[in-house]
Amino acid sequence: MATVTMTVNGKSRTGEAEGRTLLVSFLREELNLTGTHVGCDTSQCGACVVHVNGEAVKACTMFAQEADGAEVSTIEGQANADGSLNTIQQAFQDHHGLQCGFCTPGMVMSAAALLKDNPKPSEQEIRNYLQGNICRCTGYHNIVKAIMAASGQDVSAVAAE
Amino acid sequence: MSVAKPLPHDAAPLHVTGQARYVDDIPTPANTLHLAFGTSAHARASITALDLAAVRAAPGVIAVLTADDLPAANDVSPSAHDEPLLAEGEVYYIGQPIFLVVATSHLAARKAARLATVTYAEKPALLTIDDAMAANSRFEDGPREYTRGDLAAGWAQAATTVEGSIELGGQEHFYLEGQAALALPQEGGDMVVHSSTQHPTEIQHKVAEALGVPMNAVRVEIRRMGGGFGGKESQGNALACACAVVARLTGRPAKMRYDRDDDMMITGKRHDFRIDYRAGVDAQGKLVAVEFDQLCRCGWAQDLSLPVADRAMLHADNAYFIPAVRITSHRLKTHTQSATAYRGFGGPQGMVGIERVMDHLAAELGCDPLVLRQKNFYASGGRYLEQENEQVAPSTAGVEEDLTSRGAVATGEPDKVVAVPVGAQTTPYGQAVVDSVAHELVAALCEKADYAGRRAAVERWNAENAVLKRGLALTPVKFGISFTLTHLNQAGALVHVYQDGSIHMNHGGTEMGQGLFQKVAQVAASRFGVPLERVKITATDTGKVPNTSATAASSGSDLNGMAVAAACDEIKARIAAFLAEVHQADPAEVRFEGDAVLVGADVIPWEKAVAEAYVGRVSLSATGFYKTPSISWDRIKGEGRPFFYFAYGAALTEVVVDTLTGENRMLRVDILHDAGTSLNPALDIGQVEGGFIQGAGWLTTEELVWDNTGRLTTHAPSTYKIPACSDRPPVFNVALWPNANREPTIYRSKAVGEPPFMLGISALMALSDACAACGPHYPALEAPATAEHVLEAIGRARAGESG
Ligand code: FES
Ligand code: FES
Repeated sequence: MATVTMTVNGKSRTGEAEGRTLLVSFLREELNLTGTHVGCDTSQCGACVVHVNGEAVKACTMFAQEADGAEVSTIEGQANADGSLNTIQQAFQDHHGLQCGFCTPGMVMSAAALLKDNPKPSEQEIRNYLQGNICRCTGYHNIVKAIMAASGQDVSAVAAE
Repeated sequence: MSVAKPLPHDAAPLHVTGQARYVDDIPTPANTLHLAFGTSAHARASITALDLAAVRAAPGVIAVLTADDLPAANDVSPSAHDEPLLAEGEVYYIGQPIFLVVATSHLAARKAARLATVTYAEKPALLTIDDAMAANSRFEDGPREYTRGDLAAGWAQAATTVEGSIELGGQEHFYLEGQAALALPQEGGDMVVHSSTQHPTEIQHKVAEALGVPMNAVRVEIRRMGGGFGGKESQGNALACACAVVARLTGRPAKMRYDRDDDMMITGKRHDFRIDYRAGVDAQGKLVAVEFDQLCRCGWAQDLSLPVADRAMLHADNAYFIPAVRITSHRLKTHTQSATAYRGFGGPQGMVGIERVMDHLAAELGCDPLVLRQKNFYASGGRYLEQENEQVAPSTAGVEEDLTSRGAVATGEPDKVVAVPVGAQTTPYGQAVVDSVAHELVAALCEKADYAGRRAAVERWNAENAVLKRGLALTPVKFGISFTLTHLNQAGALVHVYQDGSIHMNHGGTEMGQGLFQKVAQVAASRFGVPLERVKITATDTGKVPNTSATAASSGSDLNGMAVAAACDEIKARIAAFLAEVHQADPAEVRFEGDAVLVGADVIPWEKAVAEAYVGRVSLSATGFYKTPSISWDRIKGEGRPFFYFAYGAALTEVVVDTLTGENRMLRVDILHDAGTSLNPALDIGQVEGGFIQGAGWLTTEELVWDNTGRLTTHAPSTYKIPACSDRPPVFNVALWPNANREPTIYRSKAVGEPPFMLGISALMALSDACAACGPHYPALEAPATAEHVLEAIGRARAGESG
């Protein structure tokens, strides 16, 4: 066991982690931040995506100790300071980009990482970027729409003819 | 009115901020124990020795339980009591739980579970459909058979016939949230269980049996699942019972979640099928005779396989009238995971059979498959007299049964058979089809998506291109709505109006992402004429609404919407009677709208009206109950009206295939789907889009592979390919077909959970069309149409059957 300290959603947080404790377990079990989900345990579904030092990371592929001293942001820290939904969150709600919601935190975090690097992605770029995020419910249509909308683009033409 | 509005999912703000709680997110007391199963390494064997010393000695392990340690029943089956929680000396599939590790953490429990030394005496295992047929290994005494019409006369009329066989793979649910349960021991031996389940009453029943207590000592709660798709109808029983037993034995809370790998190895999947067929059309292209042999691989335990196989038989006609037909169903017992409910519940498999027949016949006739399909649709509905609603005799079953399970057996008198309106075409099981919109809906889709122009374009493309071939197919869906076990078609609700005007709503349905809670809340708000914000949606709880059926068979909003409406109407009637008396008005004139109660000329704001009623000592709480009218079904004879109504839809899919590799993709999909008068078009369209993609995934990329020892080799998303975001068709047009339900469902809506899944069949048929463009022979494409299967089919198209 070692003590691990990281800045999570702007606050310094400390907890205990074994060498093999995954970041996702640390967030969920040590810090009780259960918005980051575990969908596959094997780095394929993207339900556990968080940002570490500004980069999207699958939290089930990283050890908690590797994130010692890092800036971590999770779904719980995405809303605006006044508690209102941020643009991406609002777009997921407005464009029905979720059903069971289990993939949603990972989708929102991936979308935020995409839009940071590419503020106006094309539909195809969104599709390619989200390859590592599985959604079993929605068929992705409304997720792509939500991200188009969040980047200020017209959604009426998404995958329509 | 809040109904019919495209409102977002009620929990959307919670989901996008990470606050929505699933079972694994519920804060647990510090002394909570974590569980894992040790599982069988052989498909069929006797356990000759079980050495658990190393497991017990592993760090963090508190206890290890075997079947002998269980306090009461050792059974998690939803039907035939043939599924022990922990194996009793014999194992029947690779992945079957043998012992239960109780540890201080999830990881400690899983690691310890690997340390057992199990000695097996292996026995021959039956793994495939052929193995089981050869050994006559089956559920029920023999095959079930439904027949109708004069087959010999039908064959005599046949001008063109085809014969063939199609293999249809199973499907892993891959609900993104794996199975999970948490048991919290209470005073006096009572138990509270949080379970990720579509069927809380079933969990309550099985936990009560496992603890040896009556059902009133167990309360089950579920706020939401991270997807269910049928995979949480019975497959959560083992986890809930394991947690409850450990909580009982240790006095500590117990939690269990399957890792994805365990989930895929242990739990059941969609049934795989082989369908052998023979079919004939007359000189006009009308079906005259069809025979199906459906061979259904059920796995090691009965679970829900009988009603699944029944539903496959009930959808062997899809949208087509077949005057003479035989459908034979073999329910085969093998030493593999016990196949279970999965969206469509056998319906999709049955439907693929007849769609394959249409495709094959069209190839034989050299005509466009769509033309043949349209010729054979059931006649349009709407011109028959309304049927009288007859009372249906309740069926009774033995007390041993879990009566609320779809696996229960109706042992009473067969239900009364409902009369068929004069002149109506009937299904092979004798139900009149009086609501068909297949003709109109398909014509509209053809128009909208330019079927004719695109058919010509595909032909042109294929004439000009040697390597990339395109294919196009339009397939219809007609899906029967109701549980086929008639008595399950009932639902309860509990509604409270508090003195401040806020409303608390509860019903027996469960939320798995489909938006049921929002739809039903919209019903409640509409009933009271208040804004939706007044209605609080609450977790499903067996302590509030008892004896619920699974949220399954697409029946969630139909049944629970009606039950909630009944409860609301009861409270409204009491308020109306009271206010009418106070205000000297006629109670029949009292109206609830615009967040107010209108009594004569007076407009009383809702909150004030409620407060007055409370002070006037009016009860502001009511239960509601609903049972579906007019249905009856004799599953042994295959006769009756199992379905209240049918939901319709059609999809047109265009694909392209690389004939050198078999790689393929969807280019464009157009869908029209009948959701009746939709309760919430946005949620319904979401169901259609998601259902289509899941159905297309089943038939294209999702391949389950067992090796020759019976081990599932595709037990993670690395090897089991679920559609990803980039697999979605670049053009995807989905619209609802406005079609008020002719039956009096809640606001004339139609169920929408399962039917769109079968729109995915158009993807398989489009791929078949592209393969057929490669050569003169019928490609006989197998499902799932993986690149390998596509390549084989292209070979057959070029060289004939021997290719
Ligand atoms: S849980 Fe991390 S990618 Fe699936
Ligand atoms: S909404 Fe259920 S997995 Fe995406």
